[in-house]
Amino acid sequence: MGVFAVTPGMLVMWLISLTLIYLAISKKYEPLLLLPIGFGILIANLPLTDLMLPGEGLVWRFYHYGIEWEVIPPLIFLGLGALTDFGPLLSQPRLIFLGAAAQAGVYITFFAATSFGFSLQEAATIGIIGGADGPTTIFLAAKLAPHLLGACAVAAYSYMALVPIIQPPIMRLLTTQNERRIRMKKGRKIGSREKLFFPIAASVVVILLVPASAPLISMFMLGNLFRESKVVERLTDAAQNSLMNIVTIFLGLSVGATMNSENFLRKEVIFIFFLGLFAFMIGTATGVILAKIMNLFTSDKINPLVGGAGVSAVPMAARVVQKMGAEADKKNHLLMFAMGPNIAGVIGTVIAAGIFLTLLQ
Amino acid sequence: MAQEVLAALAGNIYKVSVDVGDTVEEDDEIFVVEALKMEIPIYAPCDGTISKINVKKGDAVEEDDVLAIIE
Repeated sequence: MGVFAVTPGMLVMWLISLTLIYLAISKKYEPLLLLPIGFGILIANLPLTDLMLPGEGLVWRFYHYGIEWEVIPPLIFLGLGALTDFGPLLSQPRLIFLGAAAQAGVYITFFAATSFGFSLQEAATIGIIGGADGPTTIFLAAKLAPHLLGACAVAAYSYMALVPIIQPPIMRLLTTQNERRIRMKKGRKIGSREKLFFPIAASVVVILLVPASAPLISMFMLGNLFRESKVVERLTDAAQNSLMNIVTIFLGLSVGATMNSENFLRKEVIFIFFLGLFAFMIGTATGVILAKIMNLFTSDKINPLVGGAGVSAVPMAARVVQKMGAEADKKNHLLMFAMGPNIAGVIGTVIAAGIFLTLLQ
Repeated sequence: MAQEVLAALAGNIYKVSVDVGDTVEEDDEIFVVEALKMEIPIYAPCDGTISKINVKKGDAVEEDDVLAIIE
């Protein structure tokens, strides 16, 4: 009987599982992911099952063919591409730099993690949490440090859910009331032909520069091409909705199931959560600071809050910017300006992951 | 003097808070636009009376669309 094979570690994992399920349902913290992750943790920590037995288990198959074979994260990116409007980014191309600046959190944390004794591969996986992009974190972890995958994924998704709590104090600290009141000039309108051309051109450029980013970037841009072509609405709809929902189930469940007590209940995991948070805070700060530096050289001022959206938690970070901007001046709408660096941040995090893969795999 | 109420950003009209003929003061909420699952209020640019409303709840609007006229 399984009941006699329950270990204390398993009991702790049950508690963690129930906590995540509670947060998902009651607090609505990223429920689409934390609910299947939470349940995955529970079933992976019930004894004497072969759910995660390599070659045999049901959930192991989801994990192996979905994540180890790199199928699911790119499919999520296909859906994200179909949901993304590059208009805000194209109308203010200079804001791309803010999305790039926020990746400083990833690289700084990478170096910090190596000094805590993590291997280079582990450190890269932990650093990428600072991008606050779940599928990219999972994609990189599966290749570089599969034993940290569960912890890093949970950290990334938790911080995405906590964006409205983590970011505002940092952004408030680094800006003055007058800066938060800056109203930005609207960029030019972007025509449909430009939007159509962008995913094609961006695929070619990014993949030529960082070939290892191809699985994520190619699917992201294909999804966007579906959207902007306006001739395959069924495919756009499938990528955005049904396909995305289906793969999300398998992603969440199998990520949760990697978290058995031997993998998860180690002191390194505490460092992972701490370093991931650090990465995310640094990324927020560097985006805001770069916006302030850019303002020294331009008369067309940038509201530095927008820099906080350079981390890639789309669209949560952009919502935070809108909210804080409206607190300072209720007629100031920064949402669409913030979407530019926000989307640039997604691409920046994927590129960072590609660079790590190229150097460390 | 007539003044246009413009959509500050693209989205869907989530709520029309006034009727034609209502008197409004500057900074009163006139519409709520929903974008990226955020509800964003659009405020009156001046004092006056609503003489025309061009949109209804659920309509998709583009940035700078004229949503209403205040006289």
